[in-house]
Amino acid sequence: MTTRARGWGGTTLSAALLLAGGLALAAPAQAAEMDVEVMAGACTFCHGTDGNGVGAAIPSISGLPVEQFEYMMTSYQEDANPSTVMGRIARGYTDDQITALAEYFGSKPFERLPQPWINVAMIPEGKELAAEYCESCHENEGREGEGVGILAGQKLYYMEFSVDDFLNEHREMERRQARKFRDLMDAQGREGFTKILNYYASVN
Amino acid sequence: MQSTRRGFLRATAATATLLGTVGLPHIARAAAPSFVVIGGGPGGATTAKYIRRFAPDARVTVIEPNATYTTCFMSNEVIGGDRDISTLQVPMSAMRAHGITLVQDKATGIDADAKTVTTQGGETIAFDRCIVAPGVDFRYDAIEGYSAEAAEVMPHAWKAGPQTTLLRAQLEAMEDGGTVIVSAPPNPFRCPPGPYERISLIANYLKQHKPKSKILVLDAKDKFSKQGLFEQAWETFYGYGTENSMIEWVPKADGGTVTGVNPATMEVTAVAGTFKGDVVNIIPPQTAGAIAHAAGLVEDGWCPVNKGTFESLVVEGVHVLGDSSVAASMPKSGSSANSQGKAAAAGALALAMGQEPPVPHLANACYSIGGPDHGFSVAAVYAYDDFENALKPVEGSGGVSPMDAGPESRRREMFYAHSWFENIKADIWG
Repeated sequence: MTTRARGWGGTTLSAALLLAGGLALAAPAQAAEMDVEVMAGACTFCHGTDGNGVGAAIPSISGLPVEQFEYMMTSYQEDANPSTVMGRIARGYTDDQITALAEYFGSKPFERLPQPWINVAMIPEGKELAAEYCESCHENEGREGEGVGILAGQKLYYMEFSVDDFLNEHREMERRQARKFRDLMDAQGREGFTKILNYYASVN
Repeated sequence: MQSTRRGFLRATAATATLLGTVGLPHIARAAAPSFVVIGGGPGGATTAKYIRRFAPDARVTVIEPNATYTTCFMSNEVIGGDRDISTLQVPMSAMRAHGITLVQDKATGIDADAKTVTTQGGETIAFDRCIVAPGVDFRYDAIEGYSAEAAEVMPHAWKAGPQTTLLRAQLEAMEDGGTVIVSAPPNPFRCPPGPYERISLIANYLKQHKPKSKILVLDAKDKFSKQGLFEQAWETFYGYGTENSMIEWVPKADGGTVTGVNPATMEVTAVAGTFKGDVVNIIPPQTAGAIAHAAGLVEDGWCPVNKGTFESLVVEGVHVLGDSSVAASMPKSGSSANSQGKAAAAGALALAMGQEPPVPHLANACYSIGGPDHGFSVAAVYAYDDFENALKPVEGSGGVSPMDAGPESRRREMFYAHSWFENIKADIWG
């Protein structure tokens, strides 16, 4: 289900029509797929078209493994993850609707757009620190989202807020993550996190 | 070649017959359906773009008189001096990248039987389905002495553009110690928290530059959107509730309803009495946009619609969404219009093709700025109930930011507000 029809075109039926008579009208997607398109449309006025935003703080939500998307939505529903509106929003969706949204946005490529607010001077050191403290879980320069979310090209301020939430114990950490956070804090202080996040935000 | 062509036509006919038998009787048409969208604002532009995304061969024409749209959202930051108006301006021409035909003209009439829209420039444009999203118009007659001309002296600034910069310029020209009068309209109106965000950001400007000045709010309501959050921000930043409060709010119960204005004397008459302002911002009572009235789509000021497809309940084949429609529980916001636009796009497409329209599950999210690094929000998720023709808030979801959330939370909401602004602009007009 990760490769859903993108709309009303591209089905076997429309291909047959085009072959047969050049009739321009593409066959419609199934009504259920349009339900998901419309439902996903309520996410994108904040998160950007196809889940890829241009603003500095609201995270992009495309390209995530389905389970990761579901986990995040559940954590918002349960107020286990601080947010501005997502707690109030997430409780408006059933488990099945969340799965449908997860599959929909999971099928959209995560776009790494330029973030002019990145402090480029921090990137080289951030990259070294990331290799030491983060890369073992956030693989392929933070591009792999399985179980950990995508860091590469994610919005800088979203990641800063997330780090604050972890450090302030507003969001639960796994043991390995907690250890890495503690080690990094001891060695570099809070600025070490900012250097790392500026690096990850810059990965394209 | 001749015989090949005949064979080709037979094959086409056979395909059409076959399709007819499997329940797609409307598919064998000569051309893709055509849509005329009236209005290039958040509702219209979203619908136009998403029709093309859902059906890349659909023909979509947008009729919009302005070459540039100026967003109302974030225009209060321009009035408060925190943002340049150029950041609100989006070129209509960007729609062409989606294969949308843009007609820079004003729609003047809809003939639902002939299925055509006529324009001021004399064009007649045919449609299979028409989408009407003209936003609001002002009921100037509701306030004696107020008019489009009076608004050049006492701006409404409720449609962004020259009115926004006019109000900003008046605030800049005002002497310290002056009085700013803001009149807030009765429900329903565009952007329910908007007047109160504006009051906040004017107060923020005055506090820094003209601290002896006052803001008198004359309100036609007894309560307003995010009231507790706004009042808390006013207490935090502007002395609200003390003798030195910069803001005085006069609700309807205390005579806040404005009944007349005199631009020559800068006087505003409310039920409570007549007040003189140095700057006067009249946000008038509102109704659906003029074309909706001209096309007979309006009942009691707004356009009743099927809330699944946003098709008019009065005129078949015409859809109305955004501020002009009666979406009842959904506030008249940019996010609502955007969310509705996608439902209207999918609904109009389905109906044009004889298909079952989707069952919409929509949302609204709206951030307001109450002061420096101080944002808060309201959000809701709506499920369509076709039996009651209602978009119902999903139980357990929605609501406003918590009171007493602390400065870090408020600061975060401000960042999210600005991010929302960039993302919704891109989703609508990008």
